[in-house]
Amino acid sequence: MPEHPTPAPQLSDYAIEIRSKNAGPFWVTMETFMKDSAGYAIAADDSFLNEQVIADLYRVDATQVQIFRIPALNAVKISFPRPVTQASLRDRDIHAGQHHVPLACLRVPHHPLTDEAQPVS
Amino acid sequence: MPPSTEAAARVGILTPSGMLGAGFAPETIDYGLALGPDVIAIDGGSTDSGPHYLGAGVAKTTASAVSRDLRLLLRAAATADIPLIVGSCGTSGTDSGVDWVAGIADQIMAEEGLDLKIARIYSEQDAGFLKKELDAGRVHPLAPHGPLAPETLDSCTHIVGMMGHEPFVEAIQAGAQVILAGRATDTALAAAVPLMLGMPAGPTWHAAKIVECGGQCTTDPRAGGVFATIDHNGFVIEPLDPANACTPISVAAHMLYETANPYRMREPAGTLDVSDATYAPLDERRVRVEGSRFEPAEQHTIKLEGARVTGYETLSFSGIRDPYIVANIDRWAALLRNIVTERINQTLKLTDDDYGLDIRLYGHNAILQDIDPDPSTAREVGVMLLVNAPSQATATAIAKVANPLMLHLPLPEMHYLPSFAFATSPAETERGPAYEFVLNHVVDVESATGMFRTHYSREVSRA
Repeated sequence: MPEHPTPAPQLSDYAIEIRSKNAGPFWVTMETFMKDSAGYAIAADDSFLNEQVIADLYRVDATQVQIFRIPALNAVKISFPRPVTQASLRDRDIHAGQHHVPLACLRVPHHPLTDEAQPVS
Repeated sequence: MPPSTEAAARVGILTPSGMLGAGFAPETIDYGLALGPDVIAIDGGSTDSGPHYLGAGVAKTTASAVSRDLRLLLRAAATADIPLIVGSCGTSGTDSGVDWVAGIADQIMAEEGLDLKIARIYSEQDAGFLKKELDAGRVHPLAPHGPLAPETLDSCTHIVGMMGHEPFVEAIQAGAQVILAGRATDTALAAAVPLMLGMPAGPTWHAAKIVECGGQCTTDPRAGGVFATIDHNGFVIEPLDPANACTPISVAAHMLYETANPYRMREPAGTLDVSDATYAPLDERRVRVEGSRFEPAEQHTIKLEGARVTGYETLSFSGIRDPYIVANIDRWAALLRNIVTERINQTLKLTDDDYGLDIRLYGHNAILQDIDPDPSTAREVGVMLLVNAPSQATATAIAKVANPLMLHLPLPEMHYLPSFAFATSPAETERGPAYEFVLNHVVDVESATGMFRTHYSREVSRA
């Protein structure tokens, strides 16, 4: 066992892939494809990941955040209007392709990495 | 001859790749032709890469790549005697984009000795016409946009309407063998022939959505396109590369790609609803989908896309490796901003309102800025200065004023003048006009084809 407490794992530790992309010029959409149902249970837990958490992570209006929980795919999908106009002077991510990182790095408390949450293969 | 309009038992769609010009292996087309397609459908565009392509009316793809793909597809369509449909020609679907692809097609047909009847369907819209529609209350915003101001329509360099399947059906029934369309929904080009041949709308629109990105719905998206076979109860999807596979997960997951809502998708004629769709493996590489629904809309609508010039941009880029400045990079960037702003005011007599300026610290926080979850120190930082001004000359003048500071600016406590690393000479790159998308609105229409104009290469189809 390590002598120092390890930081809580990140959401990405339980995921096959977490990605972000434009959904048309005016929306950003992100998906977390989780490794298994245990990982899905974490991502889909409303007390861990909800509209307000996304609003705080991305500095957007919580009332405009849409969350879709899709158990058949072990996936959670999140959409919100683009905070910065696409390709404007202040837009640093034209395809919104790197905007998944704050979500992927979200710390997951009370869920240490266990054998059950590891990838199957 | 054009496809029979008699009721079919099944209809096959061959989609070679997600975009014309993206490339595919010729063998995948041979494989697809052996499966007996009724149409070859391929997308030629997207808004994904930003408003420049619509605003300037130029393509993201290069002519050589489009020509290479189009040659193989024209040959395949002629061999199989089935229609070839290309949507959103020239990336944005402007009239110039349609003519650009049509010019490439003409050249290929002359070289290959092909004689196919081509329909060009134009989608560009006139601001005057749209202002009348706006006045009549027939233009409505889509979230997150608000009402449209008539001046916004006037400010656009190009406006296109996104056609549904109806103009394609009309052109095929008129004898077109190749359709080169302006802006169309990604799904419409694949849906047109199945709908024309009597396939049910639910499976047809769902299959069209699944094939629109080519191999994206397979386990190896790099291996080329896909083939969908629609029947009266559902559809089957399989890759065009025998070594590639579709799985229930890979197919179902594609409904999430680049969509805000993964269950419902609006088309001009109605809404695809896949909430109750089931995805079952037929074997190791084919998936059968059933349970998709299509709800016809009470009001047929055409979505608009428009882009306008926001100014002219000039870009300058310098690199910093000095550990002391990198360790204090936020303070340094704030100092650069203050001094540059002051110098621009002194020398060019411009205030903050006259131009826009963005300082981006690549390697530090350029992409995510204050939402970046990792604040750890960088080793080197690229400093990009992006200027937007009402004229190119002004934008470049501003960048030139900034140049000595981007080369030499020390922090106040430093007792020497550092020199930073420019990667190119000259330091400034003129980017030309910059554009933004300003329309996210729909028009209520009586006719699904009325806003689009179809021109045929020959008046009479082959005898």
